[in-house]
Amino acid sequence: MTIRVLYFASLKERLGRVEDHLDAYAVRDVQEVWHRATGTPIPDGLVLVAVNQQYATFDTPVSDGDEVAFFPPVTGG
Amino acid sequence: MTIKLMHHLFDPWRELSEYVRREPELARCAGAQCVFVGTMREMNQGAQVAHMMLEYYPGMTERELEKITQEARERWAVLESLIVHRVGEITPGEPIVLVAVWAVHRGDAFDACRYLMEVLKTRAPFWKKETLTSQEARWVIENSRGYA
Repeated sequence: MTIRVLYFASLKERLGRVEDHLDAYAVRDVQEVWHRATGTPIPDGLVLVAVNQQYATFDTPVSDGDEVAFFPPVTGG
Repeated sequence: MTIKLMHHLFDPWRELSEYVRREPELARCAGAQCVFVGTMREMNQGAQVAHMMLEYYPGMTERELEKITQEARERWAVLESLIVHRVGEITPGEPIVLVAVWAVHRGDAFDACRYLMEVLKTRAPFWKKETLTSQEARWVIENSRGYA
């Protein structure tokens, strides 16, 4: 009954960890995942989010077994 | 339609010739092939870069590149496409990305290739961390705009 939370790039360095595991009962959407996992306010526009490896928003609902990822704007290519 | 993530140095021209060799009918059908190769510069935002680390999101990166490829195929008459992208440690002068599109006519090849490259830049989960010659390390904050 968990949600896996992943962090990438500068966000991973800032938080000092690559992932967290949350109790799925405790969170309903991405916003609640962010607050519970990081304990910080959402940085405006600087954090992108994916649920199960697809782009999502902070009000996307989450459920047991989901993988939620937070990362800064992408800079590939 | 092929997507490859490379953990080591690759030769884009060899990737292309091998791809065409595996798909011999492509040469007979495609009247146009458009190729983009992006390489790592040694100067970025006024500083000399010694090397760079390219991080990615295993699973989502491949998936997003597949999605972008699918979108291009829905918009243009694409016969085949190839995307090769480096991850890991890179030094200046090394290729980072290869995007190639085969089509019957040049319009579709040019436009689809440009689309793949521009959308890859804004959506594919890759992040660059540069180490400057001064030993200072910094994350690249955002990509430059492809269209002025």
